[in-house]
Amino acid sequence: MTFSPELEAKFADLVTHYPEGRQRAALIPMLMFGQEEVGSITPEFMEEVAKRLGLNTMQVDEVVGYYSMLHKKGMGKYHVQVCTNVACMLRGGAELYDHACHKLGLGHKEVSADGVISLEEVECMGACSWAPAIQVNYDFHHEVTTEQLDTILEGLKK
Amino acid sequence: MKLFNEPSPLETKIISFRFGLENSASIDTYLAHDGYKALRKALEISPDDIINELKASNLRGRGGAGFPTGMKWSFVPRASEKPKYIVVNADESEPGTCKDRLLIQHDPHQLIEGCLIGALAVGAKKGWIYIRGEYNYLIHIMDKAIAEAYKNGYLGKNICGTDFEFDLYTHTGAGAYECGEESALLESLEGKRGVPRIRPPFPAISGAFQSPTLLNNVETFSSVPAILRMGGQAYADLGVPRSGGTRLVCMSGHVNKPGVYEVPLGFPLMKFVNEIGGGVWKGRALKAIIPGGSSSPLLKAEECDIPMDYDSIAKAGSMLGSGGLMVMDETTDMVKVALRIMRFYQHESCGWCIPCREGTTWLKKMLQRVSDGHGQTRDIDLIGDLAQNMMGRTFCPLGDAAAMPTIAIVKKYRNEFEEYVARNPFASPELVSIA
Repeated sequence: MTFSPELEAKFADLVTHYPEGRQRAALIPMLMFGQEEVGSITPEFMEEVAKRLGLNTMQVDEVVGYYSMLHKKGMGKYHVQVCTNVACMLRGGAELYDHACHKLGLGHKEVSADGVISLEEVECMGACSWAPAIQVNYDFHHEVTTEQLDTILEGLKK
Repeated sequence: MKLFNEPSPLETKIISFRFGLENSASIDTYLAHDGYKALRKALEISPDDIINELKASNLRGRGGAGFPTGMKWSFVPRASEKPKYIVVNADESEPGTCKDRLLIQHDPHQLIEGCLIGALAVGAKKGWIYIRGEYNYLIHIMDKAIAEAYKNGYLGKNICGTDFEFDLYTHTGAGAYECGEESALLESLEGKRGVPRIRPPFPAISGAFQSPTLLNNVETFSSVPAILRMGGQAYADLGVPRSGGTRLVCMSGHVNKPGVYEVPLGFPLMKFVNEIGGGVWKGRALKAIIPGGSSSPLLKAEECDIPMDYDSIAKAGSMLGSGGLMVMDETTDMVKVALRIMRFYQHESCGWCIPCREGTTWLKKMLQRVSDGHGQTRDIDLIGDLAQNMMGRTFCPLGDAAAMPTIAIVKKYRNEFEEYVARNPFASPELVSIA
């Protein structure tokens, strides 16, 4: 499996951050940064990372299964995450999520047929004082109204 | 960078005073505003003197547990032959908490300086800032600040022309609340599932890579430079006895001006909500406040006339926790709140120990049943009993974190649960509780 030169450089740098013989520590960052390029955590990707860190694939797989941001199934080009945890719920997060479901015709962790948009109901993302909040990929949107959500979603379809 | 909320004139800005300055994240701005002065002071005094300043400051951990920081630092065995490490917990994920995000976004060098002083105090040469995966943009901000610090001689070898050396890196998480628990964070840092470790040994003795590790929250490390600059006693005097200094409180929920504000420990809770937060929104009455993140038991409106410090809130039966203060108005449905809180803990339980894994799952099912209108009276008792039985019986504090708010809500708002049950046409009031 080959990666872009930028990602290769990043991987090479990452393993130097940890004590000698403890390179396994680079596993989660490698999976997170690699996922952005590969699109999802594919079996080949897991094997490659395992090989580079001297692990077996199972050791990588069990880590992938634990973390909610590591996706074995590819998400959309724009992954829309709506927080419905308490602070967001108090200010309309649940209604916002329902609105997104209806508007997109998608449910939790579902991807649109063209692969452009996916939706996820997420737990607290650390935007409680500016609730309700959503994240599109890594971009935060604060104090989102249903109208603003419509505008954001329309913008993604273009 | 733009501020997310307007500051309040009632704030006491000790660690947030650079927020809102132009290019506040840059080293130039930092150096122009007292930056790295505390480090120079720390380089001149002994590690014991640093720790004594911290002890005098009455600084208590800002991540949730509120353990005295100076004491924690003194536990790291400096004489150990093993390398010593610094780990910063920036896995901020307690619902209601969004302060560490601002500390990194607006003032990353303050955190670096805090780490450097920690490294001097315990003899560490390497450290990591574990940042939750969702805060991807903060990793870029932090990496840039770290690169600036290397370039200006504040990281790497021969720091400030001395023989002190320290390397600092960012490390991304990948979405797991449990990794905010210190021992699970260390597992995750080592590239494993975020499952907590049995303690003792505590991280101070055997932490990252089985070496002595100083592990604190972002806000705790970020408070250290100010303490050394102003002196431990002066910092302590800002707060109240046993709760020194200031802290960032994240106000959310049904208030007019939600936001993150820095206030001294012991600041009156109702003054905070009414004067800084502009009061409950829409002219409604206050129903309850969650004072320190979703794991802290909520306080009914009539219990809220207290100062915000660790001991006063503990006396009222709750915790100052992570500073995530959620305000609820009179229209709030407490059954829905209890269910949403439990859905969160059920989702985030790592599954390692049974009382937590099964407890949160069954509590969620029962709360869901009541909320859906299929609940029985005995469910209400069972929810309370099951939560009570989780307390202190789980491997890490996540079980307690799930149980504490549930016990409080069921006890304080039992009538609302009963109203839900009363709406169930198939409720069987003649059945006695099986608990």
